[in-house]
Order: sequence, then structure tokens, then C-alpha cells
Amino acid sequence: MKILGIETSCDETGIAIYDTEQGLLADALYSQVKLHAKYGGVVPELASRDHIRKISPLIKSVTQQANLGLSDLDGIAYTSGPGLIGALMVGASLGRSLAWGLNIPALAVHHMEGHLLAPMLEDNPPKFPFIALLVSGGHTLLVSVKAIGSYKILGESLDDAAGEAFDKTAKMLGLAYPGGPILAALAQKGDPDVYHFPRPMINRPGLDFSFSGLKTYALTTWQKSTQTDTDRANIARAFQDAIVDTLFLKCRRALKQTGHQRLVIAGGVGANSALREKLQQLNAEIFFPRLAFCTDNGAMIAYAGAMRLYAGQQEEAVIQTRPRWSLEDLVVPSCQKERG
Amino acid sequence: MKILAIDTATDACSAALLIDEQVHCEFALAPRQHTQLILAQIEKVLAEAGMSLQDMDAVAFGRGPGAFTGLRIAAGVTQGLSLAADIPALAVSSLAAMAQAAYHEYQIKKAYVGLDARMQQVYWGEYQIQAGIAVLQGKEQVIAPEDLPPKNSTGFVGVGSAWQVYADSLHPHIQAESHSTLQAIYPSAEYIARLAVKEYKSQQYLYSSEIQPVYLRNKVAQTLIERAKV
Ligand SMILES: Nc1ncnc2c1ncn2[C@@H]1O[C@H](COP(=O)(O)OP(=O)(O)OP(=O)(O)O)[C@@H](O)[C@H]1O
Ligand SMILES: [Mg+2]
Repeated sequence: MKILGIETSCDETGIAIYDTEQGLLADALYSQVKLHAKYGGVVPELASRDHIRKISPLIKSVTQQANLGLSDLDGIAYTSGPGLIGALMVGASLGRSLAWGLNIPALAVHHMEGHLLAPMLEDNPPKFPFIALLVSGGHTLLVSVKAIGSYKILGESLDDAAGEAFDKTAKMLGLAYPGGPILAALAQKGDPDVYHFPRPMINRPGLDFSFSGLKTYALTTWQKSTQTDTDRANIARAFQDAIVDTLFLKCRRALKQTGHQRLVIAGGVGANSALREKLQQLNAEIFFPRLAFCTDNGAMIAYAGAMRLYAGQQEEAVIQTRPRWSLEDLVVPSCQKERG
Repeated sequence: MKILAIDTATDACSAALLIDEQVHCEFALAPRQHTQLILAQIEKVLAEAGMSLQDMDAVAFGRGPGAFTGLRIAAGVTQGLSLAADIPALAVSSLAAMAQAAYHEYQIKKAYVGLDARMQQVYWGEYQIQAGIAVLQGKEQVIAPEDLPPKNSTGFVGVGSAWQVYADSLHPHIQAESHSTLQAIYPSAEYIARLAVKEYKSQQYLYSSEIQPVYLRNKVAQTLIERAKV
């Protein structure tokens, strides 16, 4: 089955085609980062306006890349939520009606299911069950994954998401937008022994996170410092070490608690090299998507939709957007289709 | 000529099928339910004529002005249908569709059409019927009602929600009659379809990313530099 994936939940338009026989056939992404940089953050209305300008040409370009016509598609998967309502609406409206017009099924995909299945697109995909650490701009989740659609949230952030904490701290340190990756690069130049930041919530039982205190800690440290470039790098380092350590400790705890032996890391912060390195110390098999598939992309949506459509999941011809939607509300695609 | 038309620019949601002179329309006043309704309405108008999308010559959409999200639903659905059936799209003004409705339903030939644009502004267009078609006089604009230049031409009638919401700011300087039935006129796919005939004949075909809303309100956020100046 050849499935077109459409991702428009935030500030990237991602389109891809996944084939259940041959794997990923084509993938294209348009990032709006430059557009929003002038505003210091994502402006939802501008994001929506840009999606509706970019989406159709990207669909044409992926079909060309894959050497296919639209009539060769067997289904369309679009991100239905969570995300920015106006942005989601663009992909959902176009995706659902394109499928309707082509007379093929469409599937409303959960954005975080897309993220957590992204490592499945790699050569050595994880087997079920596994623990997923989802660390992105809007989420910090530890999830026990038994099968596609069978998710139990073991822990989550009580305040800022990990990526959000990176971005906000970067902004406070006067770094350019989007701050997360810039702060991470700066941290590499910092001295790890100058500052030590607390590891929030590690002494409490459970698997929840809290990162907003770290941001404040970074700010006070910065204000008390001489505010040189070296101070900035050292603070970035201490901040990153605290986040990485905290994520590491909670992952270790989650693996122990569930007995699972595999850990999947996904979401934008999964691109962080210090985190990738540190997690290798865990006594478990570790799986990451390639860097480009840590952040938002169409491939992960095409994949998640393909798995469900392949299993025979069906939906009515209704454009579905769910800006708030818990992973735990998903179902295991049941009606297993016979392979012909 | 067969044209499928949709409109989701306001609280109204509609789909229509035009076959030569005949139009069949499905219309609902359904705030925030456009995503639930629009494909079902399209299915219904096509099914009633025993036709499919592939039989259409074009798909027309209400391109705005109106509620931003609604405009993008129409543009998104239209992009999808146009891609799927490989047919051109036709863009029609939602204000023109209201003027056309006022003409067909109440024989009004001169209309000041105003839609509530929130933020104390209106989407505004002045229309006159010429050869049975609502023709825009001047430009469509988004403007505070009190900032409209005074108008005292005779025979104009006020159409659309702006005349209800901003009656007090419009009446002092805009000479026009209006009553509640005219204020309750919404854009409808029926008139999007009728107006699209002219676009089709003059080959104003749109494809892919050319299928865009007309928002009129284009300044929606301040840049960091602009905020720093305040
Ligand atoms: N190398 C890095 N180190 C730390 N953070 C990073 C790095 N690269 C990206 N990020 C962060 O990842 C986030 C973006 O990730 P992603 O695109 O997955 O999030 P999102 O799609 O905005 O949020 P969500 O998926 O929760 O809706 C940003 O907060 C960004 O700062
Ligand atoms: Mg994301």
C-alpha cells in the first residue's frame, strides 16, 4: 500500500509517501523557521497561511520524486492533532478531501504516535514492547508501547516540555530563534565543572518531569554572572547536563519499572547529541530516528497511517482535527485485513 | 457546464452543484461545524444529480473575505478536489456572493455589503447588478465602519452582518436602508456557483497553490522590531 502522509501541526509542512512493501519512497519538508524568527516565536495565523501556500506543491513534488501519479496512492494519512488548530485544519482539509476525491481511504493520525513510530523507518527498527521517550517542543512523555495503538503514559512534564525549556532558556541567554539547537551547540563549548544545576524531581518516586524551575535557575545564574560569552556557554552546559541527566535517570527508572529492554527516543530534543550519547549508557537497546525525522516530518505520519490503514482501519469522510488528544485515547487497529 | 461550489467563509457552510442554469444547494448555519459537514454536503449535491467529482468542469470556492480558518477549509478542500480530479478551481468573493443573493432573493440591485470582521472592523464591498451579475465598485476592504467615506447615493441597501453589529457606526454617514432579513444574508455556495460561471468562461483557472484565500486583513502580528519600537 502506498500512503501519502501530510503533517501540518505546527511550523513545518511535511509530505511523504510510504509504501508498506518498499518503505519510504519520497519525503519533502518545508520549514517556516525563517518566517517566525522575526516574531520571536511561532505565530499560529502566519503558520496556517504558509501551510496552505506550500502544501499542494509539496504533494506534487513527492509524487514526482516517487515516480507516481496521485491515482497510484492507496490511502492518505494526515496529522489530526495535537497541535495548532488552524495549522492542523490545512492538512486535514486538503488531505481528507484529496482522499475523498481519489476514492481512497484517509486516516487521522496522532502526531505523537507519528513521532514515537519514527524509528520504525530506520534499517534496524525496534520490536515491541518498548519504552518511548518523547521529547519535543510541546511534549515530554515516557510511554510504554506494547503495540501500535497500545500506549500507557508512564510520566510527563508537569510544566514546560523539554524542548520548550531549551527554547525559553536560550531566549533568556539572548540566543537567536529557534534557541534549542543553538543552546545545545553552545553547551558543547561550555565547561561542565563551573556550574551545577539541580536535577528536578529525581528524588521523588514516579516518572513525571518538571523543567520550568531549571529555566529560572539558569536565569538567576546568568544574572549573577559577569555575562561574558564564556559564562553563557558554561550556563548552557550546566543546563543541558541537568536536562540530559534527568531524562537519563527517568528512562532508567522506566525500563526498570516495566522490565522492557528497548528504548525509543523521538521528538526534536532527540536530535540533541549529548542526550543521544548519554542514553547509550543505559542497559537497553536504544533506537533513534535519523536526525531529520526527530523533528516534525511527513514520513512519520505516512508510516503511522500506513500501519493503521494496512490493518484495515476505516474512517468516515469527515475532516478531523483534534488539537488536544491524548495518546492513551488511541486504539489498536483491530479489523486485521487478510493479506491478498 | 458543471461546477461544484463550496463556501465556508462564515458561520454558514454550503455546497452547490451548478448544471448549466440549474443550481442545487445544501446549506446550513453551523458555526464551527464546517469540517463535519462540508464533505457530506458535497456528496449530497453530487449524489442527487447522479454525478461524481470527475464529471465536473471546475470547482469553485468562496475565497473570502471571512473567518480565516473557514477560508482555509474552503481553499484546502478545493486544492484537494482540484488535485484529485485534475480540474481547475475558480475563486469567488464571499461579499459578491452576498450581493448576488440579495439580487436573486430580494431583487436588490445596489448593495453595500458588510461582514463583521471583529476587532471593530468590517469587510466591505459595494456592488451593483449589471447584466444579472453583482459587480464590485471600487475595492473590497477591511475598515472601521466610521472610517468609511460618507456615502449619499440613492437606492443602496445594506446587506450582511455588519449592518446589524455596527448599525450605529454605519448609519450616520452611509446612506442606505437595511433590515434584518438582509442582514441575515450569508455567502452561499449557490451564488458562488452562479458567479463562478463568468470566471469559468473567462478561463480564470486556478491550480494548486494558486488556490488561496483572500484575507484582506494581512497584518496579523508584530515583529520583534515593531514591538521594540512601541
Ligand atoms: N539539538 C537540540 N537540542 C535540544 N533541543 C533541540 C535540539 N534540536 C531541536 N530541539 C528542540 O526540539 C523542539 C522541536 O521539536 P519538534 O519539532 O519535535 O517539536 P514540536 O513539533 O514543535 O512539538 P510537538 O511535537 O510536541 O507538537 C524545539 O523545542 C527545539 O528547540
Ligand atoms: Mg512535533
